[in-house]
Amino acid sequence: MIAEIGLAALWLAAGLCALQFIAGVLGVREAGADGAVHPVSALARPAAVVQGLLLLVAFACLLRVFAVTDLSVALVADNSHVDKPFIYRLSAAWGNHEGSMLLWVTILGLSGGLVALFERRMDDRFMKAVLAAQAFIALGFLAFLLFSSNPFARLNPPADFGAGLNPLLQDIGLAFHPPTLYLGYVGLSVAFSFVVAGLVTRQAGPELARVMRPWVLAAWVALTLGIAAGSYWAYYELGWGGWWFWDPVENASLMPWLAATALLHSVSVLAARDALRTWTIMLGVVAFSMSMVGTFLVRSGILTSVHAFAVDPERGAFILGLLAIYVGGGFGLFALRAGALAEGKRFALVSREGALVFNNVMLSGILAVVLLGTLYPLAAEALGTRVSIGPPYYNPVSAIFAVPMLLVLLVGPLLRWKRDSLSRIAVPLAIVGALLAASVTVLVLFTDAGVLPVLGLAIAVALALASWLPLRGRKLKRVPLALWGSMLAHFGVAVSLAGMASETAFSIERLVAVEAGESVAVGPYQVTLQEVDPVAGPNWTALEGRLAITGGGVDTVLRPQARYFTDPPQSTSESALLTRWDGQFYAILGDAAGEGRWQLRLWWKPFVTLIWYGALLIALGGLLSIFGHLRASARSRRIREEVARRRAEKALL
Amino acid sequence: MKKLWLIIPLMLFALFLGVAAYQLTQPRDTLVRSTMIGKPLPAFDLPGATDDAPRVASGMFADGQPRLLNVWATWCVPCIAEAPQLEELAKRGVPIVGIAIRDEPEAIAQFLEQYGDPYAAIARDDIAEVQLALGSSGVPETFVIDGKGIIRHQHIGDIRESDVDEIYAKWEAAK
Repeated sequence: MIAEIGLAALWLAAGLCALQFIAGVLGVREAGADGAVHPVSALARPAAVVQGLLLLVAFACLLRVFAVTDLSVALVADNSHVDKPFIYRLSAAWGNHEGSMLLWVTILGLSGGLVALFERRMDDRFMKAVLAAQAFIALGFLAFLLFSSNPFARLNPPADFGAGLNPLLQDIGLAFHPPTLYLGYVGLSVAFSFVVAGLVTRQAGPELARVMRPWVLAAWVALTLGIAAGSYWAYYELGWGGWWFWDPVENASLMPWLAATALLHSVSVLAARDALRTWTIMLGVVAFSMSMVGTFLVRSGILTSVHAFAVDPERGAFILGLLAIYVGGGFGLFALRAGALAEGKRFALVSREGALVFNNVMLSGILAVVLLGTLYPLAAEALGTRVSIGPPYYNPVSAIFAVPMLLVLLVGPLLRWKRDSLSRIAVPLAIVGALLAASVTVLVLFTDAGVLPVLGLAIAVALALASWLPLRGRKLKRVPLALWGSMLAHFGVAVSLAGMASETAFSIERLVAVEAGESVAVGPYQVTLQEVDPVAGPNWTALEGRLAITGGGVDTVLRPQARYFTDPPQSTSESALLTRWDGQFYAILGDAAGEGRWQLRLWWKPFVTLIWYGALLIALGGLLSIFGHLRASARSRRIREEVARRRAEKALL
Repeated sequence: MKKLWLIIPLMLFALFLGVAAYQLTQPRDTLVRSTMIGKPLPAFDLPGATDDAPRVASGMFADGQPRLLNVWATWCVPCIAEAPQLEELAKRGVPIVGIAIRDEPEAIAQFLEQYGDPYAAIARDDIAEVQLALGSSGVPETFVIDGKGIIRHQHIGDIRESDVDEIYAKWEAAK
């Protein structure tokens, strides 16, 4: 019964979505002709709100059938199991293709509802265009759900136990990783709808930028958190000791983030200075395209990936169709209309705008590098050769763009809008430059780190200071919240960068085969394998190694496991981590090496945790900015209303 | 046209769409083919099936006699399924050298007793190093090695009844 309610809610939502689209289109057309508004167009906002609620109902129904493990629902039987812990029964609801698409659509519907309820800054015709675009996107995904991925399909007869969830996915990291990424993708789709409305109604000024900004920021915060969570999950769950593999699926989440980062900075320029109109519009389309391309690459299985948990070529064709319609339509509209947009304001090369344009060009460069690296194997395969592209390509080639960008970031926020001179900021420039040079010197003299890690660490040190320099000459109490946000985010970049560079430069890895009782030295620690015991969990059995870690002020025991799951049969490596303030000790229990020996893989990774702490700071900075901008916009609206009221009073007198 | 650059994103996207659509319609080949075909057997020297059995080395392959090199393991279920086909090939006079991956002498002895022993010699590869060097990504896989010790053919997966003639022909051709 619950499953039928969910399916009915989905169909009703699809109907309302169609209504919202028609109402929106009528609103745009009629109001354009003679100023009279078609009566149906008034339904666009309510339709969006009710549609969001219906999708929420549908998703709640899916959670319910997973919570009670209703094995007469095919999706539950395929992806869950009666013996599974409760939290993983719930997360199994979106740990599969159908469920994750329903989650996508639900978040999309809810944001559509939010836009319809609260966004009152733009005129009615613009909002109708936004809602029509939102409905058009949602309609495609609802059709995809209903016609090719129905999550509520029944199974007759019901299954006895259920097949279980891929054990790699039975993890708390998974419970949060996909939903946050989807939040990001959906936020970019809302920004896309605003851009489309801007092109349709020919409004691409600072107002458009201001209504887009919270969505772009929210999407960017969610993507940042989602990528960081995914990276940490891969780090401790896959047991390879790395935190980024340049895997196609990781790239699929990185590309929208890069585009969103560029968009977020160009939106700021558009909002503050009415410059970069066409560029911002194009980035809006590109950012959404990247999230669609990402979804396509992950779901179609067209690229071979370690992450390919839910792939299906027929569904790939469906998503490719949607991709063609939305992205093709978006770029088509851009090609037709962008030429007619009024040109934005001009600015000097040395100015805040100039620095932000540099940031945008470099981010686009990195985006192009990652996109090319991800798609090249696909294109090469079409021509009959198989290639694999990895870190030797990505690291140095993206650094060509990343290093100059980070260097400009050291001074960019200090520059004034429109026109500035470097001599005005000579003092902070000299301080940051000296810090940078000193760090490089120290690192080159006292460590044997490579070129990129040295640059990374030195820039991180300089940026950690430079990110707070915009405070210079300001009264602390009067610093806007949004500026605190941007400074905190830039500081987060420094923290994260320090973690990445330190992990690359100073990690110590040992691969050994030892008997019980034997010791090895890894970095500051002495590791002794005490014994290897069998242990059992709710739906797995495992061999557990007991490792005594001593030295460096530590005396503790780590228990890495080699786990064997039965439903479905699969084995995983459970890493054991010891987190210290100055890094992490990472241990993996490998296979038996014969004669009572066990393979151990041990790492000491100095300051590796900074990578994820930095990402948290970046996201927190983004959140502060959202609140800052919303508060500033509410305040300026109140002032405008007050001015209008006083004028009206004066006119009355 | 001055605004020509505005259609560049659309063109790039069209290109992507074309390649992606083409790739989607292509059948997926998920087999990992060895790049070692046509190259000499990588050098190895492994212990025999039991601790007192003679060692098996790559040098013995270059004696003019073509052989099959069967990568297998006692813990591998498809290897049980292909055992009768290996017997059939051995009966037709094909010498087969086995490489048992991550295995134990007792398990090997029991397997041979239960499912038959088509092997001229068996080597134990405890850490799958020779398997990796051969470019084999799983068990079972079977290679045809010619009389000069050159790898001529790779068969991925278990040998079905329908594969026996083909593999025999490849072995004949390697003479």
